[in-house]
Amino acid sequence: MNRSKRRTGRRHPLATVALLALGLVFTGGAYAAFSTGTAQAEAAPNSQETIDEGSKLFQANCATCHGLDAQGTANGPSLIGVGAAAVDFQVGTGRMPMQMSGPQAEKKPVQFTDEQVKQLAYYVASLGPGPDIPADSLVNGGGDAANGAELFRINCAMCHNVAGAGGALTEGKFAPPLTDVTGVHIYEAMVTGPQNMPVFNDLNISPEDKRDIITYLQYVQDNRSPGGFELGSLGPVAEGLFIWIFGLGAIVAITVWITAKSN
Amino acid sequence: MAQDDHSGAELAAADSSHAANVPAVKTGTALIQADAFENPGFPPHRPRVTDEDPKKERRAQRTVYTLFYLSILGSVWAIAAYMLFPIESNDVGAVRLNNMFIGLGATLALLGIGFGAVHWAKALMEDVELADERHKIGGNEVARAGAVKVFQDADRESGFTRRSVIRNSLIGALVVFPLPAIVLFRGWAPQDEHPVELLSHTMWQKGTRLALDPSGAPIKAADVTIGSAFHVIPEGLNDLEHGRLEQKAKAAVLLMRLNPEDLNENVNRTSWSYNGIVAYSKICTHVGCPVALYEQHTHHLLCPCHQSQFDVADHCKVIFGPAKRPLPQLPIAVDDEGYLIAQSDFTEPVGPSFWERH
Repeated sequence: MNRSKRRTGRRHPLATVALLALGLVFTGGAYAAFSTGTAQAEAAPNSQETIDEGSKLFQANCATCHGLDAQGTANGPSLIGVGAAAVDFQVGTGRMPMQMSGPQAEKKPVQFTDEQVKQLAYYVASLGPGPDIPADSLVNGGGDAANGAELFRINCAMCHNVAGAGGALTEGKFAPPLTDVTGVHIYEAMVTGPQNMPVFNDLNISPEDKRDIITYLQYVQDNRSPGGFELGSLGPVAEGLFIWIFGLGAIVAITVWITAKSN
Repeated sequence: MAQDDHSGAELAAADSSHAANVPAVKTGTALIQADAFENPGFPPHRPRVTDEDPKKERRAQRTVYTLFYLSILGSVWAIAAYMLFPIESNDVGAVRLNNMFIGLGATLALLGIGFGAVHWAKALMEDVELADERHKIGGNEVARAGAVKVFQDADRESGFTRRSVIRNSLIGALVVFPLPAIVLFRGWAPQDEHPVELLSHTMWQKGTRLALDPSGAPIKAADVTIGSAFHVIPEGLNDLEHGRLEQKAKAAVLLMRLNPEDLNENVNRTSWSYNGIVAYSKICTHVGCPVALYEQHTHHLLCPCHQSQFDVADHCKVIFGPAKRPLPQLPIAVDDEGYLIAQSDFTEPVGPSFWERH
């Protein structure tokens, strides 16, 4: 086929397009391979390169609201001293950069790679001392679920629901569900108190107790309700609505059927 | 059931004859209004498809016995499910499977009988409209006189009216009989203390350290960082042998630290807080739910039961909802070792209103 084309001196009309596409894929792929290679080389936490990369990301994405030196503006709080944990939580769950002003910043698809999140976190951590990203041993769920459950009921359940299903607060704010939140982010939220959540520092709930709480939440997720259909674990509202609509509906339907004359 | 032998048509005819009755008394000049509602009688009888079409009848018959067989199947399945899905391990999943499959079998068993029986009655059993007339409520003269005589005979034979000493002593015995129960039940109420006293005081007193719930470890003022919320019990609560929960129910406190600039403090109460650390009763003044949904930026406390909102920056003033009074504040200070202590008990009763407190 090609040979015959060459003989006639004519190229296939799509040959140029194909060649361009091939070239672009090749250079793009090579660049990607090269850039990830260099980025991995730079990944050492707390190194000057990491902090410099984080600083660039910060200037480009965060400085509009938080100020060029993270000192805070009328639109956003100062980030000096919030620590790496706060940044890892807010950016790592997609809450920051915030899409728009509202009652609270909501979880949305994460806009940065894990590595960029860490770079931002260590840049902000370099501005002032604050809580660090917790060690793996504290967030992998190897603790005492029973102790965690008691602490969760005392400190967390009133807002987040006893099964971690979340709940409403005032004026459009809400405590988000804790299902499908990673242990690291739960730990960071406790230690930094994002948005309207109070801070639970290590002297209030010790790191081991925090690990137990995470263990409890993971236990609840892995062992679903023994009663079966939990209706979102939202309690009397969801259950009441269900029984009023479907339970009473079934009774009304059966009553109509029993009293109706047969055809 | 005297009417059961009549057909619907006969009953309808009997009803229309009643309407044509001539009044026994002449009306004279009185204006008699005709009754607006006329008894329409039974609607015309409409035969069912199962009466007319033998094929449909057989089909209905099949449906009914299929439902009964399904019920048998459900019962057998419930027994089988009990064997097949035992609760032997400590696994909640096993409990769920066991409950669900036994439940499904029992449901099928009961619904099969129920639906089958109703469908049988509706589609296949004899189709006639019937009316059962109510019998007269009052008895006839003979029966009434008989009843009166029974009472009179009983009174004469027993001497209930004649032997008045015996009768009165029996009435006395019946009146006194419930008294022991009243005394025993009274024993459940607080004995040596007045209920108002009990409701007005908690375990907090001068110098009691604020401790963490549930561990009971005392809290240092330096531990409470800005934005923190601590769930607090009085130190020593966990050592109580009796009435620990009763005491906790009254003494539970929420400790928060605000930026001191955000606190809008009453001049009389500036000494009740420490560096922006404030302690308030956790018991809602509406109906006593624990108020602990604290928003650290707005400084609002929300009660989850009826959505009362309290402004912590403004002495827990009620800003929304049915609560009537602000949450009582616990005056706090710091002791020589840096631990937070109570300056006194709450200065007012905690929790909802009661008879003597409005």
